[in-house]
Amino acid sequence: MSRRAPVAFWTGFGIVLALLIVAPLLLPEFWQRFVTEILIWGLLAMSSDILIGYTGMISFGHSAFFGLGMYGAAAALLSVRPPSLWLALAYGLVAAAVVAIFVAYFSTRLRDIYFSITTLVFSQIFYVIIFTWTEVTGGENGLTFSRPALGIPGVFSVPFDSNTLHWFVLAVVTVSYLLLRRITQSPFGMVLQSIRENEPRTRAVGYAVERYKIVAVMLSGVFAGLAGVLYALQNRFAAPDFVFFVVSGEVVIFNVMGGVGTLVGPIVGAAFFLLLREGFSRFFTEFYLIPVGIIFTAMVIFMPQGLLGFLRRRLNQ
Amino acid sequence: MPILLDQIVIQTINGIVTGMILALVASGLTLIFGIMDVVNFAHGELFMLGAYVGVITIVATGSFWLALLVATLLIALLGAIIQVTTLRPLLGRDPLTTILATFGLSLVLQNYALWQFGPVARKIQEPFTGHFSLFYLDYPWYRLVIAGLSAAIIGALWLFLKFGTYGIWIRATTQDRVMASAMGIPVPWVHTAVFAIGAGMAAASGVLFGPLVGVNHAMGLDWVLKAFIVVVVGGMGNLGGSIAAAIFVSLLEAYASLWVSPAQAVIVSFVVLILTLLFRPTGLFVPTPK
Repeated sequence: MSRRAPVAFWTGFGIVLALLIVAPLLLPEFWQRFVTEILIWGLLAMSSDILIGYTGMISFGHSAFFGLGMYGAAAALLSVRPPSLWLALAYGLVAAAVVAIFVAYFSTRLRDIYFSITTLVFSQIFYVIIFTWTEVTGGENGLTFSRPALGIPGVFSVPFDSNTLHWFVLAVVTVSYLLLRRITQSPFGMVLQSIRENEPRTRAVGYAVERYKIVAVMLSGVFAGLAGVLYALQNRFAAPDFVFFVVSGEVVIFNVMGGVGTLVGPIVGAAFFLLLREGFSRFFTEFYLIPVGIIFTAMVIFMPQGLLGFLRRRLNQ
Repeated sequence: MPILLDQIVIQTINGIVTGMILALVASGLTLIFGIMDVVNFAHGELFMLGAYVGVITIVATGSFWLALLVATLLIALLGAIIQVTTLRPLLGRDPLTTILATFGLSLVLQNYALWQFGPVARKIQEPFTGHFSLFYLDYPWYRLVIAGLSAAIIGALWLFLKFGTYGIWIRATTQDRVMASAMGIPVPWVHTAVFAIGAGMAAASGVLFGPLVGVNHAMGLDWVLKAFIVVVVGGMGNLGGSIAAAIFVSLLEAYASLWVSPAQAVIVSFVVLILTLLFRPTGLFVPTPK
């Protein structure tokens, strides 16, 4: 509305970005890795926000896209010598996109809860396939591989250390955020939001709602796949656990905790969740999900807007 | 591998037995959905906790039937508490929020079970161990008894809904929440009661199924997923459809496991779900799709 709001937004954006750029230089080893991980999970959650927050469809199947991104990257890194970063990205994105087209085609025929259940079931299909197809996917043990070097072929090449990895992830996440922000503000994004507000009316106005939904799911799936590639790069393995629907559930948790429909909210939600996990693991060891689950349920009831919900209007300007 | 007739007969019986248990789980789920528009993600955890309560009661008293009763009542009570504390505040909000709330609950309950009972699977002793010979197998009578008991519980639920005063209240609430409330039916309590009944049924199936597989904290996940599939294939909120779908899906899985491993046989039910959604999105066993 007022012209001050964008200024405030971009100032805030610049400060946060600057903090994230210097973070690896200031933080100790453990927290440095932690911040990188938050960014990756945040990207995954942000991709899901396109559906949850902007189109009003809760996807319980994002682990499939994430996992396929991981396995796609793994395929590129294991089969092509020397391992190439850009090939890993391409393979991962293509794998996630193919799965996303498939899932989108079927699941967007359904609404609300049925959409959630269908995406959940699809992610389980891929989980079962990956889990049982041991010859190709390594089954339960997953695949391990080495990290490619960062570089442009023929121009330069530096091996990844934890700093460059962090900056690389940060760059990818920032570009993704700006892209997604631009998309949600485009006419296309406006149609998605009008589907969220009133689907029959959007259809009556003349938009092909189904087609918009398919594109939304695909878009979301591709960015989730990108997060999968980044995670594979950071951890140098791909495992079926990441395709299991519990991961999808965590993505939904990130969104709800951070505030849906804000794009940044899910990243904050991921940070909040991982911090809670870190904090509670000290006291509850592996049972940290008991207090985290209680906090999550309480937030659904008492704070449905999430942590950043109050900023929603400003963040979308 | 040639498939012999006797294998098919055995798998048919296995499929029907699993199908009846699944029907018992799914009918609770569909009852809850039909009346309150709540997708209960924590249903599998109620099933699992029911089985654990069964284990504890059997250890304490030695009686399987007492365990069945105690588990049903205790988990029904837990269901009522869950409904009052977490679902009642969400009444009137987007039904999708109930998925989130019950998902949070399922995390809590599942990890509580892991914390309380540990990762090692427990075994429930079968209440009787008679066998009858079926081709080359000694088939336990107990499996058939489970199927019969599940059918009896579902039948009792159906009779209650059809003829009982409170059953009529429940059906009235399903049809029109506002009108039912205007006629003096305490709608919030009907919701609580329905959730408790669904939870109790889940617990009962947990105890009944316990002897066939080990009882562990993650058993709920498989079941809630299967129950969702069944409920969607049968038509959300449709009791008869859910039962038919439960048996249908279980039979298909049982036959599929003649060729592939049980882990892969699950994909059959996923495919059934997808085909159903493509061609009959309102459910396979609904007489007239709206």
